[in-house]
Amino acid sequence: MPHRTFLTFIWPSALAMLLFIALPIISVGVQSLHIEHEQVVETVKNCGPFGCKEVEVINADATAQLQADKPLGRFNGLGTYTNRNHLAFEEISAAMQAGGGPGAFFGAVFNLPFYKALAFTLTYTFVVTPFVLILGFFIALSVNRLPGVVKGPTIFVSLLPMIVTPLIGSLILFWMIDSRGIIGGTLQLIFDDPDLSLKASPALTWITLIIYGVWHHAPFAFVVFYAGLQTVPKDTLESAMIDGASRWQSVVHVVLPHLAPLVVFIALIQLMDNFRVFEPVVGFNAEANATSLSWIIYNDLRGSDGATLFSSAAATSMLTITGVCILLAPVVLRTWRDNRQRA
Amino acid sequence: MTRSPLWLSVLSLGFLALWISVASVPFLWTLWGSFKVEADFFSKQDWRYALHGIRTMAETGGAFTGAGYEGAWIKEEFWKATINTAIITCSVVTISLTLGTLGGYALARSGFRYAFWILIIALIFRAMPHITLVSGYLLPFFQLNIWGHLTTTIIVMVAINQPFTLWMLHSFFLNIPKDLDESAMVDGCTRFQAFRYVIIPVMWPGVITTGLFSFLLAYNDFALTALLLTEENQTMVPKIAGFLGNAQEQGNVMYAVSAVVSATAPLFVLVMVFQRQIVSGLTAGAVKG
Repeated sequence: MPHRTFLTFIWPSALAMLLFIALPIISVGVQSLHIEHEQVVETVKNCGPFGCKEVEVINADATAQLQADKPLGRFNGLGTYTNRNHLAFEEISAAMQAGGGPGAFFGAVFNLPFYKALAFTLTYTFVVTPFVLILGFFIALSVNRLPGVVKGPTIFVSLLPMIVTPLIGSLILFWMIDSRGIIGGTLQLIFDDPDLSLKASPALTWITLIIYGVWHHAPFAFVVFYAGLQTVPKDTLESAMIDGASRWQSVVHVVLPHLAPLVVFIALIQLMDNFRVFEPVVGFNAEANATSLSWIIYNDLRGSDGATLFSSAAATSMLTITGVCILLAPVVLRTWRDNRQRA
Repeated sequence: MTRSPLWLSVLSLGFLALWISVASVPFLWTLWGSFKVEADFFSKQDWRYALHGIRTMAETGGAFTGAGYEGAWIKEEFWKATINTAIITCSVVTISLTLGTLGGYALARSGFRYAFWILIIALIFRAMPHITLVSGYLLPFFQLNIWGHLTTTIIVMVAINQPFTLWMLHSFFLNIPKDLDESAMVDGCTRFQAFRYVIIPVMWPGVITTGLFSFLLAYNDFALTALLLTEENQTMVPKIAGFLGNAQEQGNVMYAVSAVVSATAPLFVLVMVFQRQIVSGLTAGAVKG
């Protein structure tokens, strides 16, 4: 296909991506180097019957004018990146000097908002992904053994957790684990502890969110593995049987190698999707114990404490994008090498 | 194949039964509970109140009540959010499929290296958490005074959807034999005519599957719609999140429960009708490895 024709076909799509994905990334980068204006303060002489006093007054007009002239704010360099809410260099070196062993150090570091979110995001990503693979694989194996008539309905039900809106899915589970809900109430009964609440402790909140993540993503792995199982060569399986392989051995030595490329595919998609974990934190109302990178950006942008913190959100976004690039680097490098070999 | 031993069948069936209940009971439970009053669905005494509806009978006289639905749809005007969601999802699906088919076709048929690089960049874009982009949108949108409109959100969603749509349709077009459109071009068609008369008639299975996933992305989105729309333009998902904020005080959690059930129903129908396409779509990317 000549370059010209290619361009005519692809420009609408390329333009959309350029304007609303590439440019925003640059805009985020620029924004992260700036910081909100300080309010313009003037010293005014305030003279009363008992003499004059110098008073500092906020000049609202000048502040608004400054805001309108330079909406980006004032240049701050990497200041936003290094402050307490992001990489927190000062706090970390203070924690290092304070001593008290690794326990105290990590305790201090994970109290910083960015590292707290990073810790949860990474834990979530790297715990949910393998569990999704394992659970999905076993569901696929079991469904594959079913007689044809019940396969359809089983697949239908299995798809539901994945298809449901993430925020809605987490709300549905959240209401059930509420201490007044069915699961929460039952757990209280089992452990004979009327104050037991899954929302109370960080560890329980993390476990809950991870269970939700596995529940939500397992169907994806299941469907892909199930489709892969349909293409396992029958004669290889049979010859393995004839050679005396047990059922388990043939799964490990015939089926698994056949599905290996699918494992890579699912793991890649899962890493990308789990790294952006966001809705469950909102749905499970978990921000006290578990925040994710996406969630702290949302929180800054929502401006819950009055002002919208554009620069803070932008800096976290840039750090998150860096994280995505690090995650994807091995994949891109491998594809690049394959492509170069082919060329 | 030899017949499997009994214990294996039992184990496999038991595991499956467990999974099926884990996958379905939350939905059934919430559907059931949405017709109860809060004191039953969130019972301080005993969760079994929700089964019998003791409080519901005491408060409303019947075992089931539509009060939650009435409150959500009429009092809190959930219908408005439904209309907004309908507008957004329909437009996003139509526009992103139009752009995506053209682009995906070009990527599948171009033999040049840059097509490969466009796909890799699209993959990186797809991995970008949506909310990181939102922080880039807000200030410019405020400046240009286009923040809060449905149109803006639709365009943004189409763009965010493009990387995925391109990948998916690109792999579908790869499966359509090259000879088909090339022989048409040998017969004197231009590239566009070949696309129009030869490719378009055979591309629908792929387009429908991709459309389903575009629909899900637009329908399920929370990050974009929560931050890019004004309150009156809100779609269903942020609206439900909004219920939670003020529902806790008003004691109207049941509004949120009913709204959740209402918003899930279309998805159930979708899976029921398009189950085969969804399954084939999920595996389409995987087959190529």
